[in-house]
Amino acid sequence: MIVPDNAKWPTWPAASNPSPKRLYTPDKMKILVRLFPLLLMAVILTSCGTDADSGYSTIAGIDYPTLWFLVVGAVFTGYAILDGFDLGAGAWHLFFRKEESRRIALNAVGPVWDGNEVWLVIGGGTLFAGFPVVYGTLFSAMYIPFMLFLFALIFRAISIEFRSKEPMRWWRQTWDVAYSVSSILLAVLLGVVLGNVLLGMPLDAQHEFTGSWLSFLNPYALLVGLTSLALFMMHGAIYLSMKTQGRLFVKVNVLLKRAIIAFVILFILTTLYTLLYIPHLSDDFKGNAALFIVPTLAVLSIANVPRHASKQQYKRAFLFSSITVGLLLITVAIELYPTVLLDSSGMGNNISVYDAAASDKSLGIMLLFVAIGGPLAVSYTAFVYKTFWGKVEMDEFSY
Amino acid sequence: MDVEILARLQFAFTIAFHYIYPPLSIGLGLLMVIMEGLYLRTGNKVYETMARFWTKIFALTFGIGVATGIVMEFEFGTNWATYSRYVGDIFGSALAAEGVFAFALESGFLGVLLFGWNRVSSRVHFIATLGVFLGSMFSAIWITVANSWQQTPTGYQIVGEGMEARAEIVDFWAMVFNPSSVDRLMHVWIGAFLAGAFLVLSVHAYYLLRGRYEELSRKAFKIALGVATVFSLSQLFTGHRSAEYVAEHQPAKLAAMEGHFEAEGPADLYIMGWVDKEEQTTTGIALPGGLGFLLEGDFDAPVTGLNAFPEEDRPGQVNAVFQFYHLMVAIGMALIGLTLLACFFWWRGTLFQQRWLLWLFVWAVILPQLANQFGWFAAEMGRQPWVVYGLLRTSDALSKVVTANQVLFSLIGFSLIYALLLTLFLYLLNKKIKKGPYDEDMIDDRPRQREMANVAGGQ
Ligand code: HDD
Ligand code: HEM
Ligand code: HEM
Repeated sequence: MIVPDNAKWPTWPAASNPSPKRLYTPDKMKILVRLFPLLLMAVILTSCGTDADSGYSTIAGIDYPTLWFLVVGAVFTGYAILDGFDLGAGAWHLFFRKEESRRIALNAVGPVWDGNEVWLVIGGGTLFAGFPVVYGTLFSAMYIPFMLFLFALIFRAISIEFRSKEPMRWWRQTWDVAYSVSSILLAVLLGVVLGNVLLGMPLDAQHEFTGSWLSFLNPYALLVGLTSLALFMMHGAIYLSMKTQGRLFVKVNVLLKRAIIAFVILFILTTLYTLLYIPHLSDDFKGNAALFIVPTLAVLSIANVPRHASKQQYKRAFLFSSITVGLLLITVAIELYPTVLLDSSGMGNNISVYDAAASDKSLGIMLLFVAIGGPLAVSYTAFVYKTFWGKVEMDEFSY
Repeated sequence: MDVEILARLQFAFTIAFHYIYPPLSIGLGLLMVIMEGLYLRTGNKVYETMARFWTKIFALTFGIGVATGIVMEFEFGTNWATYSRYVGDIFGSALAAEGVFAFALESGFLGVLLFGWNRVSSRVHFIATLGVFLGSMFSAIWITVANSWQQTPTGYQIVGEGMEARAEIVDFWAMVFNPSSVDRLMHVWIGAFLAGAFLVLSVHAYYLLRGRYEELSRKAFKIALGVATVFSLSQLFTGHRSAEYVAEHQPAKLAAMEGHFEAEGPADLYIMGWVDKEEQTTTGIALPGGLGFLLEGDFDAPVTGLNAFPEEDRPGQVNAVFQFYHLMVAIGMALIGLTLLACFFWWRGTLFQQRWLLWLFVWAVILPQLANQFGWFAAEMGRQPWVVYGLLRTSDALSKVVTANQVLFSLIGFSLIYALLLTLFLYLLNKKIKKGPYDEDMIDDRPRQREMANVAGGQ
């Protein structure tokens, strides 16, 4: 990097990027857009009530536990979309051979991975807060996978952080391996936990897990684990295509094709397995045929990924792979709701959103938090992505 | 070993390790805000170089803080499932608020803080630094509130019975402003500022002793000294406030902190000492009746002692609570002495000639760290045998389904990984300090060191 001189380091008050465009055009559309949140608030406030069955308050006819189920679902979906691409990019890391390529790939996720991971932290927090019973039962039942998950998270964080700190080959090689392996492990473990949630687990009347500590390792969960790995690797490869140039870009493109094929195959396998061996998951769909639209859209959206990728429209391909992640998780949510944790022992000790939810008061307060904090969090995220938009450029602050 | 011991060991170990880093991040955040603020006001590049240098070290502490913090969040569910169900309504909302308001703010701006130097104007960069700093302050709020609620629960009601019992929020603000939260939050924040300020003092004292980067280091040292002096003095005040609330709401803890056994009688104030739980005696250097005087303004005022509580409601490790508490206070006094002494020489204009004092500052970096750890150990061990004071016992709070072997597995895992983390942290910190605030490619700009100054007849 060149010596930063004064020209490049404008001192205040000279702004580095004075854009000539006027900020406040008095334009009718914009006024409408600004008023929209107020209107929405008005609608919401006039539509509050109480649900007679559960005793929980409602907004626009939806009770608090259900709303909170949507919030938790939305946060985990956000997490899967965002961290999905950086986990995926990490999983590819060892496929890049040259030091330069690895650095570029790493710096493509460098400024954003930490922000992405915060969605996991918020997800954990919202689950704890809204459904303490599920949080306690699920986390203690899946003790070993969660601990492995934590170990991998730590390794991943430090390998991103430490890799560039020393020039030695062995040093970089070690952290490259740690980075890639932990990314793969994380993607698989997320899928394994999801698979177990879909499958259900033996619970007693106190909603305590009664199975064995090894039961998380079952074929279905492993299959879901591999599928999510493939999905994230596809998602990550598209992200890298947007961020890279030259030979690395070509290489990423080849990898992307393979990822798409792998994902489609695994997706079909998982779907068949679910339909054939886990019939309870399709009950909701059988009851309400209109819901079929969600999985149908998911399939369409998957089909759009290779279509746009082959036309080199990576932004659209990325949009569709994000939508795919979202729709698949919405499908999961429909399959589960109103249950969150299924009892597989046959005693009917399912934990529903109502059994698991925190008090009405607490949920109400937290919904308010989300209404205030959510838009703020989205705006910081947008700010970071805007700052680092475009192809990766290295400077002396890069990893 | 039994699950309870292992789970407690694991929790204490992982959180104590986590707590090495957040205080550094919060404290360095404050100093970076001051440094960048000075740069914006004066336009003097030295402040910018300083801020960039500390940003790099901040990145290191922050990274490890994040990695070890997520462990804490998951551990409540994995190891303390019953506790999680019990307090979920209350604790959960604090943790969710922390995520939504604080962590999102921090990590949102972190990317810009670390990588944005070349991409945004210095003013926007300052805003990013401020955002990260405020985010870390907020996260301290929520987590401290949650912990304070465990110490002095208010604003709740208990619904259900036996294993089904749960605490529900009745009054949110009473929960947030429970009797201990404000005092403890101040104490925790200031402890963090001290940790950051003393790291800056230590590194720049070292440079000054070695005759490196003298101009920059003098400026940085003075900034950090100002911060350290103000906050060492305020820490005495907030600590005293904490002791008052402990006396009022957790008398058994106070009795353990001062090794006071007699159920109702005048209590001594120990400077140092040793508690024998079996013999019920405390020996050491003490101010007779001093505790009563501090609390009530009367040397004869009776203070509730440990014997006023049934055996099963007393903290188990009285001597440990006593020692941790006294060590923290002793360190607090040492910090006050050290900073005031330095300010005296600063006022005399001979601060940077006192090499012995600079050496003291090089090593003093460890003191606030120890005080922070000891403070938490005193507060948390003094709370035993309760997880939620007076409501839920630690032994009832565990995950029923998790076995000792599982916990042993994770405990060993964390020990190995954290040992590696600490080694790497120290190694890289040392390397960054050795490299100094100027980049390789800025080598020609680097002010020549003492040799040059001597040639030019300086100093
Ligand atoms: C006084 C402050 C303080 C205290 C007592 C704690 N923490 Fe912490 N924690 C922070 C201050 C902090 C911080 C300064 O805000 C960190 C350091 C790096 C960061 O991102 O935030 C952080 C990181 C951090 C993270 C990662 C956030 C991210 O990804 O950005 C989590 C999940 C937790 N903490 C959770 C906890 C839990 C569950 C604690 C206790 C039971 C705890 N922390 C004690
Ligand atoms: C960050 C600084 C902290 C440190 C160093 C610390 C230290 C400790 C220690 C040493 C123990 C074990 C006590 C014993 O077993 O004798 C403990 C237990 C515990 N602490 Fe803290 N603590 C900290 C903050 C917190 C916070 C912020 C919370 C919650 C919001 C918390 C909640 C708990 C819980 C749930 C336990 C386990 C149950 C128990 O043994 O009481 N701690 N902590
Ligand atoms: C100067 C005299 C000091 C006094 C009288 C004092 C007093 C106290 C008291 C009474 C507690 C227990 C609060 C509780 O049990 O909930 C406490 C906790 C604590 N102290 Fe201090 N303290 C002093 C200095 C310091 C210093 C210098 C630091 C760090 C640099 C520090 C860091 C802490 C921390 C982190 C805790 C645990 C959090 C809390 O409970 O507030 N203390 N202190």
